[in-house]
Amino acid sequence: MSVDLEQLSKQEYKYGFVTNIEQEIAPKGLNEEVIRMISAKKNEPEWLLEWRLKAYRNWLTMKEPKWHNVHYPPIDYNDISYYAAPKQTKKPKSLDDIDPELRATYEKLGIPLEEQMMLAGVAVDAVFDSVSLITTFKEKLAELNIIFCSISDAVQEYPELVKKYMGFVVPHNDNYFAALNSAVFTDGSFVYVPKGVRCPMELSTYFRINAENTGQFERTLIIAEEGSYVSYLEGCTAPKRDENQLHAAVVELIAHNDATIKYSTIQNWYPGDKNGKGGIYNFVTKRGRCVGRNSHISWTQVETGSAITWKYPSCLLEGDNSVGEFYSVALTNNRQQADTGTKMIHIGKNTSSTIVSKGISAGYGQNTYRGLVQIGKNASRARNYTQCDSMLIGDKCGAHTFPYIEVKNSTARMEHEASTSKIGDDQIFYCQQRGLSAEDAVSLIVNGFCKQVFRELPFEFAVEAERLLSVSLEGSVG
Amino acid sequence: MLEIKNLHVSVDNQEILKGLSLAIKPGQVHSIMGPNGSGKSTLAQVLAGRNTYEVTEGEILYEGRNLLDMSPEERAREGIFMAFQYPVEIPGVANTYFLREALNAIRKHKDLEPLKHVEFVKLVKEKMKSLDVDDSLLQRSVNEGFSGGEKKRNEIFQLQVLAPRLAILDETDSGLDIDALKIVAKGVNTMRTDERAFLIITHYQRLLNYIIPDIVHVLVDGRIVKSGGKELALELEDKGYTWVGDEPTNTNFAQN
Repeated sequence: MSVDLEQLSKQEYKYGFVTNIEQEIAPKGLNEEVIRMISAKKNEPEWLLEWRLKAYRNWLTMKEPKWHNVHYPPIDYNDISYYAAPKQTKKPKSLDDIDPELRATYEKLGIPLEEQMMLAGVAVDAVFDSVSLITTFKEKLAELNIIFCSISDAVQEYPELVKKYMGFVVPHNDNYFAALNSAVFTDGSFVYVPKGVRCPMELSTYFRINAENTGQFERTLIIAEEGSYVSYLEGCTAPKRDENQLHAAVVELIAHNDATIKYSTIQNWYPGDKNGKGGIYNFVTKRGRCVGRNSHISWTQVETGSAITWKYPSCLLEGDNSVGEFYSVALTNNRQQADTGTKMIHIGKNTSSTIVSKGISAGYGQNTYRGLVQIGKNASRARNYTQCDSMLIGDKCGAHTFPYIEVKNSTARMEHEASTSKIGDDQIFYCQQRGLSAEDAVSLIVNGFCKQVFRELPFEFAVEAERLLSVSLEGSVG
Repeated sequence: MLEIKNLHVSVDNQEILKGLSLAIKPGQVHSIMGPNGSGKSTLAQVLAGRNTYEVTEGEILYEGRNLLDMSPEERAREGIFMAFQYPVEIPGVANTYFLREALNAIRKHKDLEPLKHVEFVKLVKEKMKSLDVDDSLLQRSVNEGFSGGEKKRNEIFQLQVLAPRLAILDETDSGLDIDALKIVAKGVNTMRTDERAFLIITHYQRLLNYIIPDIVHVLVDGRIVKSGGKELALELEDKGYTWVGDEPTNTNFAQN
């Protein structure tokens, strides 16, 4: 590029600090004993321990997937600690019981736990390493019989619901990383919206990895009963460390008749340094089942962090007239790699799906879109619209696209559009000639490119996403 | 305001401008005419700060400062505006948003507060009316899907809102029908003041029927071979560029 954008700015990852707090950490290594220990720590019922062990035994027989377009040295699963929790004598009942050091951490992250200070109408579940610290607005939601709590609490308080739905979408042996998660998952969020209830506020979970040499394995389960609506958002950060850390989450969504679930992610795990040292391996299984007719599941993701992202939020469109959506922005800068996309599996009649994927590669970043649209035999009049755009910044990065389309019903209507563009010197110069700096120009152009996706985010988060994108791009363009 | 002395410019080691000198005073409208490939657009690009061009010799002073030391955005903030020959598309960025960012970047440079939304809208509406620009143009992405005429009009619209001190129009008339040409000319004429200068680059004399220049320069093969009043443009139209090429002063051209 003619403008020397490499000189632009070298802003550091802002969330890379470490909280100094006494931790309870399990010894490194994975075996049945560790799983029993986690289960006992969480005072789990027998069936759940059995489920974990079953998953573990399956996992032992499975092979790490190799089909993806990302590269990393082999992971030593026995060199990871599978449980880390801030030492606390008792579970906090209110904010005053939370260690001030932890509260300060969340303040620094811009996630105030004090309800009165919060963004209007956003309830937060704060997960620190392996445990959920606190869930705000719980009582207010309870008035509508909405359950929003940590999955650990749900196991204790609503065991029937958890038993009924855990693994309902992602079975314990679904894939290598999901099986690992099923064996050792520690915390995450649980949401249950009863029949006919429209959740009046955004629900959100904030995941923070703090401890060294640990993995975070959270599990989130969201159930929307008939005619209900819920919008959920997750955010993630981690300290800067030279070692790679593993994050293998599972998210399951279930939408019954006429129910809608909107799930948004702003993923900003530590991406590693400029040379690719450190960073989070983000190997995540996210899937929703539109089991009811007219049900609707919408995934929106903004993926700017992690050294490696491996993630395909998907929809099983089982109910007639059900709708699945996937809106994605994935940015890879420096040495980051992403292999992300979606699967839309059309099973019911008149089902429709929309996929809008925006991949941005800068530096030496490698960005892959991988998507599957499958129209089943009985899915008559199914429709899919896919738009898959890649933007390249500089000439050392890469964009790759693997769209799979399988149609078994002749009444299906499919549309696929794809484009690859390069931020042009012309565009940057044009902006500069109007008074904008080269850096602001790049951020303006990239944000314009992502507009279609940002539109899908709740307003406050759309603003956050734009800012995050600009920060992640800084110093990227060369 | 602007003083160009013995400017030599190369692209890929090929010399395009071969010792061009030009001085523009506040309030003046200069026109540069010349055949294709004579270096007209190169001059505009160099003034705006495009760095694919290499200045090998000479200097440019803008308000007494060395222009070549300034970044493109600094030049813009200091009041140099170029209406592009080929305005660039920026998908997903609303025209009005872009313009506001630009205006506020310039204001910030002058230690002014960003313009309040209401004031900005007022300013924009006022300028739109005089240029016969459609409302929908504001919400559309910058130049995306604009017709050729709309793009050029959008450039003049930006010129009006950003109110620079030196405006360079790079073949703004190309591809315009006569009605659009008149609107563009009107947009420029209303901007003429004693402080503001214009450098109008054009291949044809047509635009100069509507924007009357103070001085016309003829650029041939990287040099200004003739300068004169507005009547020079008419003479050129009549006799063609070869006529000036025959002047004995231009040895280089004569060899061709």
